[in-house]
Amino acid sequence: MTKEKYLVKWRGTASKTIGLLKTIYASKHGTVGFLILLIYLFMAFFGSSIRPLDTTPKPGQMYLPPSIKYPLGTDNQGRDTLSFIVNGTFDVLYISLVASMVSVILAVLVGSVSGFKGGTVDSILMYISDIILNIPQFPLMAVLSGLMRLTDVSLAMLMGVLSWPSLAKAIRSQVLSLKERDFIEAARLLDLGTRHIVFTELMPNLMPYIAVSFALAMTYSIYNYVGLVFLGFVPFRAYNWGVMINHAWVLGAIYNRDSILWILSPIIAIVGLEVGVIMFSRGLELAFNPRLRK
Amino acid sequence: MSETLIRLYRNFFFRKILRVAVTVFIVSTLTFFIVRLMPGNPIDIYISSLMSTQGMSYQEARQMALAMFSIDLDAPLHLQYIQYLSNLIRGDLGVSITSTGTPVAKMIAEFLPWTLFSVSLSLFASFGIGVALGMVMAYRRGGIFDTILTGICTIMSAIPNYIVGILVIVFIGIQWNLYPLETMRGTYTSTITPGFTIEFIVDVFKHVLWPFITYVVCTFGGWALSMRANTISTLGEDYITVAKAKGLKESRITFSYVGRNAILPLFTSLTISFGFIFGGSLLIENIFVYKGIGWLLWSAINERDYPTMQGVFLIMTTAVVLSVTIADVLYGLIDPRVRRGE
Repeated sequence: MTKEKYLVKWRGTASKTIGLLKTIYASKHGTVGFLILLIYLFMAFFGSSIRPLDTTPKPGQMYLPPSIKYPLGTDNQGRDTLSFIVNGTFDVLYISLVASMVSVILAVLVGSVSGFKGGTVDSILMYISDIILNIPQFPLMAVLSGLMRLTDVSLAMLMGVLSWPSLAKAIRSQVLSLKERDFIEAARLLDLGTRHIVFTELMPNLMPYIAVSFALAMTYSIYNYVGLVFLGFVPFRAYNWGVMINHAWVLGAIYNRDSILWILSPIIAIVGLEVGVIMFSRGLELAFNPRLRK
Repeated sequence: MSETLIRLYRNFFFRKILRVAVTVFIVSTLTFFIVRLMPGNPIDIYISSLMSTQGMSYQEARQMALAMFSIDLDAPLHLQYIQYLSNLIRGDLGVSITSTGTPVAKMIAEFLPWTLFSVSLSLFASFGIGVALGMVMAYRRGGIFDTILTGICTIMSAIPNYIVGILVIVFIGIQWNLYPLETMRGTYTSTITPGFTIEFIVDVFKHVLWPFITYVVCTFGGWALSMRANTISTLGEDYITVAKAKGLKESRITFSYVGRNAILPLFTSLTISFGFIFGGSLLIENIFVYKGIGWLLWSAINERDYPTMQGVFLIMTTAVVLSVTIADVLYGLIDPRVRRGE
């Protein structure tokens, strides 16, 4: 590609991105969601250097109330709750992002091939996704993590591989309706090839749908990941929100009323992230689908 | 011959039942091969743990393991597999490792009813509440009621159900002492003998109350939002305008014309939601110490009780597949377009 062409393309993408951000900014939900996500991203990447983790027990300062030194108080071993929260952000974001990426990529591939090809390929792919859809996901992941030693990445992959079918079906029906439109017909008459039609003609029209689904897949992965860690099925580190809830639940909450802040902190962190993602996805929905705007 | 087969395959109900069989078959095959073939498979782990904890010889431990998994380890793999499948068909799911000697099938029969009871009760309640709210929201769209409820529903459906469960216990049971913690946790009071007595039934409902509320709080928002969207799009249909032009009573239009058509697509989600809540019982029953099948699976995974794990998971899958199929068939009866595959 020559330099000018590259520049033009880059400018096109940049102005599109700015346009997208402007529309998200125009919707109240989208702005709030975007800001919340920015805070979490900031915690994930700079948190550990601003508030380093200190896991040595300090028996003298158990369950301290919030103070300037410990804004979220301390846990049952006198350790700073805020540093645990901040340092645990990266794990949750990373795993849910990988899981939802795998899930969305698989769903887009299967859904668009199935819808576009039709016939036997379609029947077989839809049969497979029906069957996966019928297996209860969370128990399956729990059983598998009980049978195998899962690492973070393999767990994220597994979550992605198990959760694509419902999105694939939705994308398939979108493709089915797009397929009949005139511009696809024209591309076919020009004999542009399946790959060109799927990636250049169909995909841009599916983008809004994919973006929103990605956000939803993320909330689902966060639910599964934190749930598995909370139940103690996944090998874990001490500074993880699921582990914090687990410890605070088993060791603190039921026996000691002062431990309330210890269990509430990771809970608020998770709920905040889930709400942020959902609000951002509503902003995306409005941005991509002008018909929803009033 | 082949024509009869094709015609049979075209039959809507036959296809659905075939799918149940295929799914259950695949899941049972999958669990068999995972348990048998994985490096460091559960049977080997069990044998070596018997040898180290009970001081058994390898042969003794092996015999014990064989009895537990009801598998003949010396037979070729495909014969073991056939043996396993024929055991399954006879309802033999093996014997639990931790509660020594108890057949897994018997344990499941004891735990499953509690989950079915609490989950279906919650599902129908949240479906009812959600549909009613969704219709009201759609009729008053843009108003204060609608705006506030849409916000609440969006946020509620974003909060994981186990978080709500924990918050319920921490605040209502411990911090504010509004409800006795012993009643919140557990299935029924152990001093009351189970049976069809009023005392026992009241006790059962007292115990199911908070798991029930947790399930409902986390799911009604999703129902309400989709019912709202469906109702709004149905209100724009021509036949509603016609019904209004004919001067039909408003209540008749609302219930027989708008409501019935708007609720149809929700039936498919109902089955998916059943599977989701059923799976989530693993978390909720752990939090509320509610001894249903989710609690059983949790303790089986924690104690490495592989036969129980395998059996419970198979039963969970079967329950979900069956419910999905029943709903599909019902949907086919309500809406003939689905049956013809349009």
